[in-house]
Amino acid sequence: MRFIASRRRLLKAALIPSAASVMPLRFVPNASAEPVSAPGQFSYFTPVEFTWVDAAVSRLIPNDDLGPGAKEAGVATFIDRQLSGPYGRAETWYMQGPWKEGTKEQGYQLKLTPAQLYRTAIADIDDWCSKNGKRPFAELDAATQDKMLHDLEKGEIKLARAPAKDFFQMLVQNTVEGFLADPMYGGNREFIGWKLIGFPGPRYNYIAEIDDYGKRYAMPTVGLLGRDGTRVKES
Amino acid sequence: MATRLPPVDVVLVGFGWTASILGQELTDAGLQVLALERGAFRDTVPDFATTQIQDELRYAVRNELFEEPERETLTFRNSMDQTALPMRHLGSFKPAAGAGGAGVHWNGQNWRFLPTDFLTRSHTEQRYGKNFIPADMTIQDWGVTYEELEPYYDRFEYLCGISGQAGNVNGQIHDGGNPFEGVRKRGYPLPPLKRSYGTVLFDKAAKEAGYKPFPCPAANTSKAYKNIYGVQMGECTFCGYCEWFGCGNYSKSSPQTTIFPVLLHKDNFELRTHASVTKVLLDSTGKRATGVVYVDLQGREYEQPADLVILTAFAQHNVHLLLLSGIGKPYDPKSGQGVVGRNYAYQITSSVDVFLNEIVNPFMGAGALGQAIDEFNGDNFDHGPEKFVGGGYIALWTTGGRPILQHHLPKDTPKWGSGWKKAMADNYLRTVSIATHGSVMSYRDAYCDLDPTYRDVYGNPLLRLTFDFHDNEHRMSKFLTDKAAGIAKAMKPRAMHVNQREGHYTIIPYQTTHNTGGAIMGTDPHTSAVNRYLQSWDVPNVFVVGSCAFPQNAGYNPTGTVGALAYWAANAIRSQYMKKPGPLVSA
Amino acid sequence: MKTPRSPVATGVALVLAAAGLFAVVPTLFAREGSHAEIERGRYLVAAGDCAACHTNERGQAFAGGRAVPTPFGTIYSTNITPDGPTGIGNWTSDDFYRAMHEGIGPDGEHFYPAFPYPWYTKLTRADVDAIRAYLATLAPVRQQNKPTELPWPFDVREVMAGWNALYFKEGTFRSNPQKSAEWNLGAYLVEGLGHCGACHSPKNFAGAPKRDKAFQGGYGENWYATSLGGDLHDGLGQWTAGDIVQYLKTGANKRAAAFGPMAEVVHDSTQYLDEQDLHAIAVYLKDLPPHESPTRPATTTTADTGDKPDADRVARGRGVYLDDCAGCHMENGEGIAGVFPPLKGNNVVQAKDPETVVHVVLTGQNTAVTHENPTGLAMPAFDWKLSNDQIADLVTYLRSTWGNQGGAIDAGKVADTRKTLVAARTK
Repeated sequence: MRFIASRRRLLKAALIPSAASVMPLRFVPNASAEPVSAPGQFSYFTPVEFTWVDAAVSRLIPNDDLGPGAKEAGVATFIDRQLSGPYGRAETWYMQGPWKEGTKEQGYQLKLTPAQLYRTAIADIDDWCSKNGKRPFAELDAATQDKMLHDLEKGEIKLARAPAKDFFQMLVQNTVEGFLADPMYGGNREFIGWKLIGFPGPRYNYIAEIDDYGKRYAMPTVGLLGRDGTRVKES
Repeated sequence: MATRLPPVDVVLVGFGWTASILGQELTDAGLQVLALERGAFRDTVPDFATTQIQDELRYAVRNELFEEPERETLTFRNSMDQTALPMRHLGSFKPAAGAGGAGVHWNGQNWRFLPTDFLTRSHTEQRYGKNFIPADMTIQDWGVTYEELEPYYDRFEYLCGISGQAGNVNGQIHDGGNPFEGVRKRGYPLPPLKRSYGTVLFDKAAKEAGYKPFPCPAANTSKAYKNIYGVQMGECTFCGYCEWFGCGNYSKSSPQTTIFPVLLHKDNFELRTHASVTKVLLDSTGKRATGVVYVDLQGREYEQPADLVILTAFAQHNVHLLLLSGIGKPYDPKSGQGVVGRNYAYQITSSVDVFLNEIVNPFMGAGALGQAIDEFNGDNFDHGPEKFVGGGYIALWTTGGRPILQHHLPKDTPKWGSGWKKAMADNYLRTVSIATHGSVMSYRDAYCDLDPTYRDVYGNPLLRLTFDFHDNEHRMSKFLTDKAAGIAKAMKPRAMHVNQREGHYTIIPYQTTHNTGGAIMGTDPHTSAVNRYLQSWDVPNVFVVGSCAFPQNAGYNPTGTVGALAYWAANAIRSQYMKKPGPLVSA
Repeated sequence: MKTPRSPVATGVALVLAAAGLFAVVPTLFAREGSHAEIERGRYLVAAGDCAACHTNERGQAFAGGRAVPTPFGTIYSTNITPDGPTGIGNWTSDDFYRAMHEGIGPDGEHFYPAFPYPWYTKLTRADVDAIRAYLATLAPVRQQNKPTELPWPFDVREVMAGWNALYFKEGTFRSNPQKSAEWNLGAYLVEGLGHCGACHSPKNFAGAPKRDKAFQGGYGENWYATSLGGDLHDGLGQWTAGDIVQYLKTGANKRAAAFGPMAEVVHDSTQYLDEQDLHAIAVYLKDLPPHESPTRPATTTTADTGDKPDADRVARGRGVYLDDCAGCHMENGEGIAGVFPPLKGNNVVQAKDPETVVHVVLTGQNTAVTHENPTGLAMPAFDWKLSNDQIADLVTYLRSTWGNQGGAIDAGKVADTRKTLVAARTK
């Protein structure tokens, strides 16, 4: 019998159903879109981690005179749910060794999953704060937080374990995702992100409007779950 | 011990565009055909339903319709002196997984290559002299001409219901079409799509700059259409979720919307999903395939005997299978000998973001809704002064305005903070982007082979890709980008931002999934893996169909040519091979 | 070239001959078991759609065992292959005729009218013999018939004797001399093998069709089969005969697409009928009277059914429509002719009982697959996406816009349909 070298990995891969292969006729929203049933209950983050991320995203997309930002839009909740799901676990990524540092053209070569990278980096950053006479990141004033974020972005803060630039890049990317994804994933609450930019949400027919050149589209914002956007229909 | 299954006439490996075309044509010829697809079955309802498909996070960001690198990926390096490392998550290109393949998630940008593209070497030498081509540029003629492929381009266009305006019908140039295109026997089956504001502005500016813009040929139907097989398609409603998504209202041409309804019901056709082919089996002579081995989701192995084996998986997967199966001599870049893995190429793209005063509603769009100029493609212009080979089209596409990935911001916009927020609010509704889509020539040091270290989920070595952009491509791309910037200026924008492609080729940001070569077609078995009918020189009952056949890549999206080659190969099998199995071209 | 005469037309000619209106022509009589008779039987079996009940999903052809739901419980179709012990292989010609004509088996047992003998009674002896000749050519399948799942007293077959006495009128088709030959051919098909009234006629409490309201619409199993009468809104009043023929032949026309049970009927049965028979059916149906007042105008701009819908509900419904339905059915409700059915002027949307339109919105549907129309375009399910209130608002909007008339519906109706659909799925 021919030996399949990585049967366990094969079976593990097989247990990840694609939506299309498992589902007969019904769409089930992303599993990590379940409504948070009580404040303080998180899917992946510890309370400290959640507070950290909430503080960070509040600076990345701040509440300002243009309107609410990432905090109000629930981006920290979005990231929490994403990290508890297949993305956080890098389920579809190739995570076999050997692990080597590559050129910048060769992309992500960390052994850490996104969830692990967040956990490691957050702890490292607060550890760095402590070693540098600062309070934990979430307790710093906005200007100091901004400076720290700029330094992480440039790789000028050396963390003990996590690569700062890689973490920062992922954090910004996930923040933008959380600000602009459909509200059913926990972010873009009340369509805060879409309303900022003028995206009316997913609709399927613009035949009449596409050649009405220069005209602002007047329909109310809608999400995949409707104009109130956030809840799976129960009745 | 692999379970041996009852034999079939034809086994197709992978079930995307090329498999669907060959499946339909060969079952019509009376053959018994089995398609093995490693992914799941998918269809418009429920998988691409309008109720849920416009979900950017799920499909475009988290890549639900694509192959999972966990199961199969490749390793990459720019040059031979580096160690190739795995592409751990999708980036530069996104191969599909599942029935319909990339035909499900493509934009629908559908082109014919130019007549000179099929004669890249001989034509270039003839016009510019032998010394014009650098020594390490391994470009070749295809072994088939545009004129020979013309009826098959036509067939693919009428299969799909391409919406477009013909430019050259039987030698007569038609206003409003592409004046540079190869001669076609007739127009497109459907008129062009309605124009978005962005394409109108581009059209005006391009004309002012002295060019001849035309609507891009689109596999998005401008009207309801019943195709050559009697399959009914709908009408595109400009929902703006083409690329990365399945179409929910039957208006994007895909195997599902054009072929499945007639093919899947045939008694002499079978589709098996979740069947990953790991090897083509050869007899003891090594010159005849006896079938394939595939693995199901539980890891059980099966031996599927077949008289004819056709590799119809994504281009690079075809190359990988040839290497794993020992079909054809693997290419060695040091000696320049061998054919499998040779002449890998890609696409070089750049863009100019144009920040307008007008509201352009980017979220109204279609995957192939665009306006283009072809003055700088192929050999449509004098390369003498420029001293590079190749070219590309310049187009303003309005494919959609999906907020996470399809926003463009002015140069020097901060990546976060209030500055980012303001730039988003000011620019989202008023920005378009002009794209250049450039050719990539083949080079001695751009190739595929098997990786020595990393393995896939079946324990097989991953394909290793060695590739970088060469000076020729950078200069050509700069040339195109400058021309694009000129048109952008003529649009009188508030601001513009030129995104030149610079430096090494990188695997991270998405560019195109236009990977070509590795199992190239040609007239000489020493420098090609398949003959002009896409039949393996080494194992005549194996055909390899896909963009892996391109000896180098032209300045257009490849799917139109891939579809034409599939019909061309199907015709060769029906009219010649079935009558007399064996080599169709003497080596 | 002269079009060959349909097998059914032949049958009708025999009836007319028997009535003495035409001279009997000996060549019309095919020899029993001859090729011609078997082919006629094959055609008649398609016309009668016997497979719809007698062939189980993934089961062997005509071996029965398919669950046929009735308002009183479930019965299982029987094995009509030529197997001796478990099929009808040992039945005589008279046995088979009695079954089709009276609804009684060889041992005197009564059949339940889920087997449409009240319609098949109209068939001529020759046609029944032809059906039997065709069935005799099938591969015999050894498969025991399943007992019914009916509660007492319905499980006592003799009860059907009473039902028959009240509701069953036995008798071969008698042509109407005041109507054309084509009309009579259509009548023979619709009232006989077609058994259209089994769904399309309203039923009384005992499940019998109301004769005075024949073809005016009927409810069963989460479907409302629309009226086939001439009403301009919820009947076929706006359809031409050509529309009817095209629908039955291909599964779609510019006004409608066949889905649900009709997709099966078209796929298994009517797509195989020839043009002459289909046109005869159309002629017959177009002659059915409208059941509404003929003075009601064809199009109005406001709903006029006594149940005037609330403007807010209609506005909300319009919002749902534009957000969720316009991608296929288009903003103006006109769909794409022959591709996505129009909702404007749609008889299913305007049906008296909105069960079908609510069902379709909840579950989505696949359209009929036919040789001429192989695509099988489908509509997705909205049950997870829209609440009962939203669906009620949406359907109210559809029934009162673009000149449609049908009246408002409430969320309770949607909730009931949703509940029974879930129960049916999980049974």
